[in-house]
Amino acid sequence: MTYQLPPLPYAYDALEPHIDARTMEIHHTKHHQGYVDKANKALEAVPELASKPIEEVLRSLNDVPESVRQAVINNGGGHANHSLFWQVMGPGKGGEPSGALGQAISGAFGSVAAFKEQFANAAATRFGSGWAWLTVDASGGLAVESTANQDSPLSAGRTPILGLDVWEHAYYLHYQNRRPDYIAAWWNVVDWDRVAEFYTAAKA
Amino acid sequence: MAFELPPLPFDKGALEPHISAETLEYHYGKHHQAYVTKLNELLGDSPDAAKSLEDVILSSDGAVFNNAAQVWNHTFYWQGLKADVPGPDGALAEAIARDFGSVDAVKQALAQAAATQFGSGWAWLVADGGTLRVTKTPNADTPLKHGQTALFTIDVWEHAYYVDYRNARPKYVAAVLDHLVNWEFVAANFAAAVV
Repeated sequence: MTYQLPPLPYAYDALEPHIDARTMEIHHTKHHQGYVDKANKALEAVPELASKPIEEVLRSLNDVPESVRQAVINNGGGHANHSLFWQVMGPGKGGEPSGALGQAISGAFGSVAAFKEQFANAAATRFGSGWAWLTVDASGGLAVESTANQDSPLSAGRTPILGLDVWEHAYYLHYQNRRPDYIAAWWNVVDWDRVAEFYTAAKA
Repeated sequence: MAFELPPLPFDKGALEPHISAETLEYHYGKHHQAYVTKLNELLGDSPDAAKSLEDVILSSDGAVFNNAAQVWNHTFYWQGLKADVPGPDGALAEAIARDFGSVDAVKQALAQAAATQFGSGWAWLVADGGTLRVTKTPNADTPLKHGQTALFTIDVWEHAYYVDYRNARPKYVAAVLDHLVNWEFVAANFAAAVV
């Protein structure tokens, strides 16, 4: 069993004008595919790990042989991070989180607006390549964090339920150096219903 | 005295078709400028603002280091790029033959370092003691911080190649190594390093 590139749950142009079709196609078919291919190659010699979901492998990096651990962090992380990223976006989304998630976010950060500001700041200040996250810890608590490169919060014991890719490849064709404009536009495509599902699952 | 963006040592179209004028508009005009602006903001009128850029790099960490090193790295990167400069000769050619075997071998080592720097960063040819070495550094990290003398660099932040090459970093690196290495600049750095 090898990892597969998951199909995008919408068309490449579905997130226009916030994320352009050309960016989405290259991001999905080249970057994400590249991580899938390299994760499979890294785990070729460790079939007992390659048969597990990538999220499970990333939660237990100590079980990954040292010779391939960094390759799994980079490429397995790239696979898991992008798989989540596609799912938490959608056409005609945006708005605000509601229900239990909305209450939990307001409780943890003071308000949804304060959460968005903290998250956007984490995304804007990640120097170099990486991600901003909303994560759930073992006791169900919410946190905003950012990781470098393709490091996954799963490896630190936290479950990401919302992620924003701030590698330059995620925005350069449309926004060039203007990462803050990309971050501001991205809120318009966040699928809060999906994030709420991930929140419920992470707390279960 | 605030730090300033040094002039680009060539016209923005001078590296075409290997690196486009459009890339340089952003890379020099926006990214390099932003590092200069941010560094000056961070230093304000603190005593560090009166230091040389190299001294700031050596004595700082965190955001000041990131911006200071990126100012230096980009200035150095531009100087290392020039179209159709003949390959190395003299003492530099001898040192390359001694430490790598051939010019092709040092290019291969640079291509490998550039391809395998995961995320943002740089590939370098450095003088380390009396030896030439190829290294790679993440994000803003720079040979000066490691006691090495930089001779040449390739920027592998995605902003260096995404407009022209998209995800195909190896194609960008090959184009630089095959067409844009300013061997005169490399030789001058080498001569200064071994004095």
